[in-house]
Amino acid sequence: MSTQPDLLYSEEEEALRAAVRDLLTDHCAPADVIVRTESDAPHDLALWKSLADGMGLAGLLVPEAQGGQGATHREVAVVLEELGRAVAPVPYLTSAVVATEALLACEDEELLTRLAAGRTIGALAVGLHTAPGAALRTVRLDNGTLHGELTGIADAAAADVLLVPADDGGLYAVAADAVTITPQVSLDLTRPLATITLDGAEGRRIGTAEPAVRRALRAAAGLLASEQLGVADWALTETVRYLKERKQFNRPVGGFQAIKHRLAQLWLEVVNLRAAARAAADALASGEDTDVTVAVAQAYAASVAVHAAEEALQLHAGIGMTWEHPIHLYLKRAKADSIAYGTAGAHRSALAELVDLQAP
Amino acid sequence: MTDAEELQSRTRELLAAHPPAGTDHLDFLRARFDAGLAWVHYPEGLGGLGVPRALQTVVDAELEAAGAPDNDPRRIGIGLGMAAPTVLRYGTEEQKRRYLRPLWTGEEVWCQLFSEPGAGSDLAALGTRAVREGDDWVVNGQKVWTSSAHIARWAILIARTDPDVPKHAGITYFICDMTDPGVEVRPLRQITGEAEFNEVFLTDVRIPDSRRLGEVGDGWRVAQTTLNNERVAIGGMRLPREGGMIGPVSKTWRERPELRTHDLHQRLLKLWVESEVSRLTAERLRQQLVAGQPGPEGAGMKLAFARLNQEISGLEVELRGEEGLLYDDWTMRRPELVDFTGRDAGYRYLRSKGNSIEGGTSEVLLNIVAERVLGLPAEPRTDKDVAWKDLAR
Repeated sequence: MSTQPDLLYSEEEEALRAAVRDLLTDHCAPADVIVRTESDAPHDLALWKSLADGMGLAGLLVPEAQGGQGATHREVAVVLEELGRAVAPVPYLTSAVVATEALLACEDEELLTRLAAGRTIGALAVGLHTAPGAALRTVRLDNGTLHGELTGIADAAAADVLLVPADDGGLYAVAADAVTITPQVSLDLTRPLATITLDGAEGRRIGTAEPAVRRALRAAAGLLASEQLGVADWALTETVRYLKERKQFNRPVGGFQAIKHRLAQLWLEVVNLRAAARAAADALASGEDTDVTVAVAQAYAASVAVHAAEEALQLHAGIGMTWEHPIHLYLKRAKADSIAYGTAGAHRSALAELVDLQAP
Repeated sequence: MTDAEELQSRTRELLAAHPPAGTDHLDFLRARFDAGLAWVHYPEGLGGLGVPRALQTVVDAELEAAGAPDNDPRRIGIGLGMAAPTVLRYGTEEQKRRYLRPLWTGEEVWCQLFSEPGAGSDLAALGTRAVREGDDWVVNGQKVWTSSAHIARWAILIARTDPDVPKHAGITYFICDMTDPGVEVRPLRQITGEAEFNEVFLTDVRIPDSRRLGEVGDGWRVAQTTLNNERVAIGGMRLPREGGMIGPVSKTWRERPELRTHDLHQRLLKLWVESEVSRLTAERLRQQLVAGQPGPEGAGMKLAFARLNQEISGLEVELRGEEGLLYDDWTMRRPELVDFTGRDAGYRYLRSKGNSIEGGTSEVLLNIVAERVLGLPAEPRTDKDVAWKDLAR
């Protein structure tokens, strides 16, 4: 490594965080998120409009010349921390990061500008579980139209345009109303998956799928660590707050040493994850040491977010097991995130190659 | 305010007046101290210039480039990291002038007489007694886990001066002359076979009242300065990737493919990731300190490194298979420094067991994180309002 990554938050990044958190505090209350999960509109498109259109956050990664903000992955990471902390049901990671990165790789100006403005929502039609560099499922290109079925596509139900890999090696932009999108019953209620069925859909080839998808998934994996940080930080903060108030045996439950030690351990993990997530965001922004830093963050983050959410549930005990309390949203998000864009194991395997610690 | 350029020119003046090649090692260090370039954040006349600590790097870089000798800071770590800040904060002018210069140059080594067989995590329960007799204090008791005691000229010592008040209130802080006839130092052999540490027996040791640091009965507060500086020292490290305990085992993995198994591979990768993340956390902490935004993260670093050192060295012994059944050397030796890299995996495994005990057990540190960082309720206490002499022991 030639230089040390900048692992702090700048003043501008803190100001951005404060603005996003204010918006989410006012418009993304946990009780409303729970109700929304079982409604006909699992995505909160009014909130999305405020974030994307109102605050201009959909275009952070897009250069100003293409209608974006010309910011970097560092700012996007801060937004994702806050969205994770609120388990906000908006297609930010999927549209403003994943689809946008794929379009940046394809240099598709027209779509990029539309996504940057936030008025068009894009989704990369690659299963959420797919790790950077993994084999891609494709649809069949036949007589100029697309045929086939793709499953596990996150936020597809909210998308206006899908970016679909086809068997000719191309990536195709397909209008959402040209395909059938069938919601799947998803573990993560706030980032629902869908199946996309293409039956002779028209598509416009925008570039080569493999490098675009690889770039998109690497950015997704690296920045997902910041979302996982937000999830873990909420779980720890909320559990500490609750256990200072909750009394049993005539004492605050948070005063029992067995519980204090578990929370202190969790705090250590969250502190570590913050450094790893910041490093990944900085490496994506600078282009230095990116593959290793992203793999390290994603090999570490999942266990922390899941552990934090599981501890939050256990330490809240009975109330944590209810549908009414929002912990389950965080547990479901954390567990789904542990599979999204490659499991920790997949990223460790990637590291084995990258840092020359070869398998037997 | 002296800025970086002025420090640079002062350093060059020092080098011109005392060229390292032709100057005795100790003479150079004394001249450096007198020029205020020893620890620039210390006051003028005491080895510093009263400028921000961060500027020390300017001086160090200049001196290193010129090949100047250093004061071998690892050898005198207790003096530099613990005794000096305490003397500076609580010492009289006379004490500061007497002790700081030879401490910094390494002419006089310091050790720390704090822990006792009956006072480990509960240090404030210590029982070594100091009784006033005229202008002296007469000290009797036993201290333990004292590194450098066998080469030390001075010790920082806490002892009980009033057994009739609660334990924190009856302690006084002293500077003890290790050459006093009543001081007996015995090596304390540890599980690695060697003796880094000592037991120190104090029998009618006479300490003049002029070697007291701080007020009578205020020793616990004075000791907090010492102990807080110990934690600062632990947090300040900057390591390259694979710079810690993960380095040797990664090297073995690469060089010895015949030792690899699938199980070990998964465990190694997991520890490699955790080591890298810990390194990034330490780096983030360092960046926060430089930016003047110290965070509470330092409290956790020692916990993380203790666990990682233990798990990694344990894995390394296992990786070595048949060789892991052997040990490099059980000879009773008296090392001045802990040498993690110069010894075999078995040594690392055994020595790192102490990492979760020395300088605060991991259990105590978890309490500190829970209470001071997370604000959770303190442990219920039964010892606060009880005179020391009435405590259970």
